[in-house]
Amino acid sequence: MVFDLKAATRTPPRVVRIRVRRYNPETGSSWWQEYEVETYRGMTVLDALLKIKAERDHSLVFRYSCRMGVCGSCGLVVNKRPRLACQTQIAEVASEGRPVVELEPLYNFTVLRDLATDFTEFFRKHRFVKPYILRRDVREREEPTLEYSQTPDELAEYYEYSLCISCGLCDAACPVYASDPNFLGPQALAQAYRYIADTRDELWEERLRLLDVEGSIFKCHFAATCSAVCPKMVDPAGAIQRLRSTLLKYKVRVYRKTRVAKVVPPMEKREPQKPLPPEATLVEGVDLKLLEEEKPVIPVEKLLTS
Amino acid sequence: MPGVESVEHDVVIVGSGIAGLRAAVEIKRVYGERVSVGVISKVQLMRSHSVAAEGGTAAVLYREEGDSFSLHAWDTVKGSDFLADQDAVWLMVKLAPEEMRLLEHWGIPWSRRPDGRIAQRAFGGHSFNRALYAADKTGFYEMQTLYNKLLEYDGWERYDEWFVTNINIEEGEFRGLYALNPRDGNIYLFKAKAAIIATGGAGRIYNFTTYSHSVTGDGLAMAFRAGLPLKDMEFVQFHPTGLVPSGILISEAARGEGGYLINSKGERFMARYAPQRMELAPRDIVSRAMMTEIMEGRGFKDPVSGLEYVLLDLRHLGEDKINEKLPAIREIALKHAGIDPVEEPIPVRPVAHYTMGGIHTDTYYRALDVEGKWIRGLFVAGEAAAASVHGANRLGSNSTTECLVSGRIAGMLAAEYALRVKEARGPSRERSLAEEDWVYKLVRRESGIPSYQIRRELQETMDTRFYVFRDGDSMRDGALKIIKLREAMRREGYVEDKSRVYNTDLILAIETVNMLDVALVIAKSAIARTESRGAHYRLDYPKRDDVNWLKHTLAVRYGEDDVSLSYEPVRITTWKPTERRY
Repeated sequence: MVFDLKAATRTPPRVVRIRVRRYNPETGSSWWQEYEVETYRGMTVLDALLKIKAERDHSLVFRYSCRMGVCGSCGLVVNKRPRLACQTQIAEVASEGRPVVELEPLYNFTVLRDLATDFTEFFRKHRFVKPYILRRDVREREEPTLEYSQTPDELAEYYEYSLCISCGLCDAACPVYASDPNFLGPQALAQAYRYIADTRDELWEERLRLLDVEGSIFKCHFAATCSAVCPKMVDPAGAIQRLRSTLLKYKVRVYRKTRVAKVVPPMEKREPQKPLPPEATLVEGVDLKLLEEEKPVIPVEKLLTS
Repeated sequence: MPGVESVEHDVVIVGSGIAGLRAAVEIKRVYGERVSVGVISKVQLMRSHSVAAEGGTAAVLYREEGDSFSLHAWDTVKGSDFLADQDAVWLMVKLAPEEMRLLEHWGIPWSRRPDGRIAQRAFGGHSFNRALYAADKTGFYEMQTLYNKLLEYDGWERYDEWFVTNINIEEGEFRGLYALNPRDGNIYLFKAKAAIIATGGAGRIYNFTTYSHSVTGDGLAMAFRAGLPLKDMEFVQFHPTGLVPSGILISEAARGEGGYLINSKGERFMARYAPQRMELAPRDIVSRAMMTEIMEGRGFKDPVSGLEYVLLDLRHLGEDKINEKLPAIREIALKHAGIDPVEEPIPVRPVAHYTMGGIHTDTYYRALDVEGKWIRGLFVAGEAAAASVHGANRLGSNSTTECLVSGRIAGMLAAEYALRVKEARGPSRERSLAEEDWVYKLVRRESGIPSYQIRRELQETMDTRFYVFRDGDSMRDGALKIIKLREAMRREGYVEDKSRVYNTDLILAIETVNMLDVALVIAKSAIARTESRGAHYRLDYPKRDDVNWLKHTLAVRYGEDDVSLSYEPVRITTWKPTERRY
């Protein structure tokens, strides 16, 4: 989502009406509730919700945590568009002409209560695409000698897709997801591509085969609303296009991963050890050279039976 | 009211930040299906506060280039103002490099050198460029990597948004814990052979803070209520650069990459306080320098919040370098303050950032009672633990390192312990009913004071009385206020929402109870320590006093509103304390 700096730094209307789509799971009722909130310059939608919760209506339910756009908790729909509450300035979504902000729970998710939605399916789909590095050298993966080599250019191949914070905005904006709940959705698919594009991943075929099924990537009709609403500029639509191209090439046997990362060679000694400053006075009898080379030991048996 | 239902695992982990997830991964990757794990988190698993760590993670990767374990250990010990236990520091420093390479093998996008090796950069208090980083979203990527890695395994259950209310300890042994299920509002008993508390710090007891809203000291308060000692809680780190007015962190990376701190006279004032390290002196020193500038009238004032500040200037770095090295900082300044650091300096002031203290543990993260005896089956990891590697002041980029290392150790030991124990023993039925009563009495009350009001007053007290500069009289007033707020919460704390499903009003009230417990311990520990050391700086006792105070504080609950304090020697195994100068 392109950030509108001008709109965000304006002063919002002095008072706005926050209309919230509420739902009570114990009675099954759902309704619109309106709260008038006094604003200030710099106020976000999350600030407004927190003010309502603390001062007006303690029963209002919404998720939030980091308030700095990185935890992914506070996704909701603001004036019909999926957004993060903490990154949306009131000034961006309300004006003197229309001092109203409409908040709804994320579309395409089951509502639990008020603005909180159920992410169980979302997390399941993410897991389905195997979002982790798959290697043949399993032992090296769990007992590393040194790091796998990856140049800045190789990192750039997948970096933008790794920015995903699992907020769910893309799935909420996806028209295919709206009509077909079995569709894996832009979030999971972008993560599938993120790992396929990583030079450290070796068993990418496994992941491609998972995606080569009915209802998978070819369901996408490239509305690209996912990329339009992504608060982290992940571009899931682009990832899905690339996945398609990769899968088609794979099926006609022209795709080969150009290179699988290997462990870097040991470094040659280049510099003498930097000395400790003179004020570092050793306790009598301590041999620092020995401490430096000693392997760390955790005396498991002694710790657990003492 | 229905009887308490129970859930059983071999190991239960409370908290899903870097430490909690690392512990879970360790158990699954090494012990597989032999040890079942339950991960309980008050937030959805990947959303813990660790995601907010920006700048880096410290480890000695390339001794070939001149770094050494000794130097990392020395920097950490000196940074701690000699209150760190040096054996614990050595263990962390030695285990750190493998953690970095494990994360690398599991997919973290560490920033790289042109030749494909891992890049490292400078960080405050470290005398070598040893902070690994993934752009400026280091903690976020560590979380993502560990969470995704955990998805590879079976034999574990997730309890997203379950809120743990208390842990139960009987006969010196862990005997289960209680958690509120958000979907039905019931209290569940979690029985397990071992438990790991990985609930993080307590920064939200301050109002001007970098912490996520979720960090309310829950694990610390639970341990305190269960009779465990909290160690060194007077040491709260103030990060020099919180964005005014939201408190959002502007990472130290901004200074690591060459940012200047400027006062209202346009001076780089750090030249007066730390002429060698300048802006990269340790956090406590930079924070005090900034507050001195402000108190002596060389600051600026924000007209809306009334907060005073100095400036962090990145303009001389140029747009390209800012975009390449500090993209998140530019994004934060733009979105949360409407300031483009390419064009304008950023308004900053010291902000509550890290809880050095925590639950008393030994070097291996086993929870200890006040006599130093292990609470069998109980481990602590990450910021919730005080082992103690950070002592009176943590060095930047050592926190995520400790989370990883301690998560691994605690996970391994918990699994090994679970394999040696026949069955998970739980509490008595009476204990379980008492727990329901404790939680639901808040909901049953028909009127009273909403917790929000009490929380706000507590935060104001902490912001003013227990900040960068402290003194006895002011802190004693603060402690009285905290006790009044505790009484108010006990007698009149009120939950308006009576619903059983997603009752966040109730959760906020329990959090407030937890915050009041932690605040009491901080206040009492801070008043008693009549010296200045690391992050604890007293105007009435401005000097470090090794003769009387080179020791750890242990605070144990005593009656309704008091703590009993005792002290334990620091384990000084390698370096003698010397004056700390930068």
